[in-house]
Amino acid sequence: MKIVLKGLTKLFKSRNKDAKEPVVAVKNFDFEIPDGKLIGLLGPSGCGKSTALNLISGLETPTEGKIFFGDEDVTDLQPEFRGVGMVFQNYALYPHLTVRQNITFPLENFKKPNKLTKEQKEERVLNVAKLVEIEDLLERKPSEMSGGQQQRVAIARALAKQPKVLLLDEPLSNLDARLRLQTREEIRRIQRETGLTTVFVTHDQEEAMSISDMIIVMKKGEVQQIGAPQDVYDDPTNLFVATFLGTPPINVFDGRIDGGALYIGSDKISDVDCGVQGKVTVGIRPEGLTISDEGVLNCALKSVEVMGRDTSVVALNENLTSQALRAIVSSENARLAKPDLTFKVNADKLFLFDAESGLRIPFSAKDACKG
Amino acid sequence: MKFDKIKAWLYLLPALVFLAIFMVYPLIDVLIYSAEENYNFASQTFTGIGSENFLFVLSDPYFLQALKNTFILVIITVPLSTGLALLISLGLSSIKTLRHLFQTVYFLPYVTNTLAVGLVFMILFKKTPYSDGLVNVLIKLFGGEAVDFIDGPYAAKMFVMCFYTVWVVLPFKILVLTSALASVNTDYYRAAKVDGTPKWRIFTRITLPMISPMLFYLIITGFIGAFKAYSDAVALFGTNLNEAGMNTIVGYIYDMLYGDSGGYPSYAAAAALILFAIVLTITVINLIVSKKTAINAK
Repeated sequence: MKIVLKGLTKLFKSRNKDAKEPVVAVKNFDFEIPDGKLIGLLGPSGCGKSTALNLISGLETPTEGKIFFGDEDVTDLQPEFRGVGMVFQNYALYPHLTVRQNITFPLENFKKPNKLTKEQKEERVLNVAKLVEIEDLLERKPSEMSGGQQQRVAIARALAKQPKVLLLDEPLSNLDARLRLQTREEIRRIQRETGLTTVFVTHDQEEAMSISDMIIVMKKGEVQQIGAPQDVYDDPTNLFVATFLGTPPINVFDGRIDGGALYIGSDKISDVDCGVQGKVTVGIRPEGLTISDEGVLNCALKSVEVMGRDTSVVALNENLTSQALRAIVSSENARLAKPDLTFKVNADKLFLFDAESGLRIPFSAKDACKG
Repeated sequence: MKFDKIKAWLYLLPALVFLAIFMVYPLIDVLIYSAEENYNFASQTFTGIGSENFLFVLSDPYFLQALKNTFILVIITVPLSTGLALLISLGLSSIKTLRHLFQTVYFLPYVTNTLAVGLVFMILFKKTPYSDGLVNVLIKLFGGEAVDFIDGPYAAKMFVMCFYTVWVVLPFKILVLTSALASVNTDYYRAAKVDGTPKWRIFTRITLPMISPMLFYLIITGFIGAFKAYSDAVALFGTNLNEAGMNTIVGYIYDMLYGDSGGYPSYAAAAALILFAIVLTITVINLIVSKKTAINAK
């Protein structure tokens, strides 16, 4: 079931009584979520991503705009008639009911024509329990299970009523790091097996990138960019998207374009052809920097952090506006590190942004950044 | 180690001394009094040890009347007040406008003095040479006949007594239940809503189990409180409760100690122990039931 959002906007009354302007939680969402895909709704806390999810589920009603499931307009439909399964951040499992009762709970709400017999209910419960691999835990209470198991139960409960769309609100944020890794694979597997259109909300870019077919990056209620994770990473539309995606984060510099060449401080990085003059913001991905004697970017070494396969070289540069310059290099390359070092810059990992608006400035590098 | 233990006991000593003097000793004393037959308060003598005091109390018509009154009071007011409090709390937590005003209004009886409330009830119910009481005025307005609620038939007096008790205990129960309702995580309701759960089912399957520990707390303390009723009866019907036929168990105990027929500590002790046994039994039953049904939440 594809989901289509048309001009979707949600305003909230401001808590601050003096503020006349309402808070814009979701602003003019206009996109289509393709059928059977896993979509990551990504953004920093407070950017309205949970509100967007609640609008899709029907728990919130939009101020403006329309929501379609397939061709059906569901904007004014109550949640129960939309056929959505939802998993909450804290799982919202009923603590006084066993796992079996929790999963059966939604099935007992079915009204006359769709009412299930006892056997049908049991079969459904068993099927979803098998799918999320909790069939041995059916008689337990939620308090007797680990966070990961509770998460599975919550997903099973959402799937039991065979929804058209599965929505997950920060599904991994209550789990520890190892479980999180495991559970996100699990979500991916369950999504593949069921083929359900699934939207999940997260503030963790790594989480979103690793399992999504498509990510939607949001900031302050506005969609910044939509696309496959790798495409968004390789081709960010603005500085926010570029800095939000990637660990370690992108290195950001104050730079300028002078006579068809890009300078960071006094270092000439590359000849560029982009039709812009003057100040620009320069972003270079950590993997786009390698230490080289013929490099173009002069820096002072701060430290070398060994991470096993790769090495992270931390350096200082006075034009840097992000926290510390980091380059991810091979361990052989890291041996070249010395107090005053120069980096070679890979043009594919270099982005130019408008110094004021942060919008991406397309350019073509003329002499491909020296080797 | 040993010194630490001694130190711990030393710290506990003041509390233990007070507990021993004012709690343990009187309790034992009550036990002894209740067993001493024909105890004479003036000469401090008794004729023997036995169960005669209990037999006397249990066959005393005044005690049986008090027992009956107390039981009726408990059985009517505890479920009624808890149920009403639950309804009002549910109402309060589902409205937004004027919520604080209503909360204050419902809480007012809690901070009002028992005797002052009694006075208000007199005005509402008592017949005087000048008026029949506000309630009787209303009854007449709808074509009924005036009833003497304070000195009239037993049922009318019992009605006033129950009405008063429910009204007095409501605010605390509402306070506890509104906070219990507010502490239920809203995600449970959101999850239920996504699943299309009907309102009644949300109430019985989610809300009630979630607040059941608080409900049981209110029922248990409600039972205990109602069994100990006394001052309310005095406020409504005056000090001669036996004559009014509205005595309670605690009232009976008080009368045996200090009333017109006072000076019988043995009978008072026996009655107190009977009350204790009743309250203990009911509380144990309550606890067993609540353990079986209360939720197993973390």
